[in-house]
Amino acid sequence: MSASLRVNPITCEAHGLCAELLPELIRLDDWGYPILDESEVPPDLVGLARRAVDACPTLALLIDEA
Amino acid sequence: MSATDSGHQGLPRVLAGLEPGGAMSLAHHTRIHGPLPDVPPHQLIEEVERSGLRGRGGADFPTARKLRAVAGRRRVGPLIVNGSETEPASAKDRLLLSRMPHLVLDGAVLAAGAVGASEVIVKVGDGAGDAVRVLEAAVAARSGDPVRTSVVVGPEGYVTGEESAVVHYLNSEVAKPTFVPPRPFERGVRGRPTLIQNPETLAQLALVARFGSRWYRELGTVADPGSALVTITGAVRAPGVYELAFGTPLRDLLDAAGGPSEPLQALLIGGYFGTWVDASAAAGLQLAREDLRSVGCSLGSGVLIALGESACGLHESARVISYLADQSAGQCGPCVYGLAAIADAVQALASGVAHGSERARVLRWCSEIRGRGACHHPDGAVRFVESALRVFAADIGSHRRGRCAARPAGLPLGDSAVAPPGGVERTRLVRAGR
Repeated sequence: MSASLRVNPITCEAHGLCAELLPELIRLDDWGYPILDESEVPPDLVGLARRAVDACPTLALLIDEA
Repeated sequence: MSATDSGHQGLPRVLAGLEPGGAMSLAHHTRIHGPLPDVPPHQLIEEVERSGLRGRGGADFPTARKLRAVAGRRRVGPLIVNGSETEPASAKDRLLLSRMPHLVLDGAVLAAGAVGASEVIVKVGDGAGDAVRVLEAAVAARSGDPVRTSVVVGPEGYVTGEESAVVHYLNSEVAKPTFVPPRPFERGVRGRPTLIQNPETLAQLALVARFGSRWYRELGTVADPGSALVTITGAVRAPGVYELAFGTPLRDLLDAAGGPSEPLQALLIGGYFGTWVDASAAAGLQLAREDLRSVGCSLGSGVLIALGESACGLHESARVISYLADQSAGQCGPCVYGLAAIADAVQALASGVAHGSERARVLRWCSEIRGRGACHHPDGAVRFVESALRVFAADIGSHRRGRCAARPAGLPLGDSAVAPPGGVERTRLVRAGR
């Protein structure tokens, strides 16, 4: 069971909720767009990652769980 | 497969039979290269694999793997000839499409047969000029083709030639990249698996199908077999499109284009998504992936631009990055805002008005932006900027201290110069060994 995050950069509008909710994995660039330094989500953060995905107003944050 | 001794000896290959002036007729084309061969699909893909042919649109992907990715699928969509050639300094695809359309169409028909496509669409930009008329006449002359072929003209713009943008345009008339996956080979035109190939790749494939992989490998090196079309421009005496063997020293490429018109300070290898290399470092390099990679380069879409010592690398780079920032499709924040900020900062560095830490800030932006667009536009642009700040690093300091008196190099950008000066008409054929 592994999970990874990605951003659809076309739909992302830099609301920034993801970095607010998941600062462990997501930071913002100088214009407010998310940077994922590591796309893999550690097991203990999967719950928080799902919450950040659900909170994205433009559904631009995606989680792939396999 | 044909015997290897029936193929063209040495160079030219793709440009064999090219004459000044108009397009090559089907009869002349057949006299030069022989008739369209009848090769079973699996055999063609195997022969292409043995040849080592790689895509010539910039991504440098093994052509056989691309063919296989579509060939194994059901309900295959049309084969797309991507003649967008949106790199402003490149002229090779326009040369092929406007002067030797039948070699490209042969390759398209063969590749379509190999993957099970029953239709071919040739997509060009609306600045393609003659090519549209030439292609339509060429298609009309080929009554025996087993596939239906049409020519589609789309808008110009740097990102419109990106694969997903071509598919997007053909599906919904929006010439902008889409979020991938799914990639075109999975879900492309009309939702079907779609093979997209560069015109030169198809022209080379048409020769591999005729003369075989052994013949193809008679030129070039083991790792980089065959020949390539290279657009050579900038500070050379005879800018134009040249066919050269892989493994040819870059020095010989410049000589092929008449030699440098003045002492050179740097070469831009791979076009505007490419990499600046100091002229002394570039002198010993060969036209080969391994050699180019050793200095952080790739051949890209086959463009070599020579920068003379009378020009300013910083100013030229500032012009190019401003152009690339303008050419963003405007869809992804990191590309829209990031490239604009980088363009302004590079302009400030070139004007000598930048803060002392500006170079470091630009490099941070470059590393943060990479990989964060839907397409590779921001990646190519930051690669270009990073190389400019590396190769012209000493110039940044001298620009802060004094005034730059360099002359503009006139690098081709956008509509004002879609081909290098005299590009297509000045095409010359060069014989080169291994």
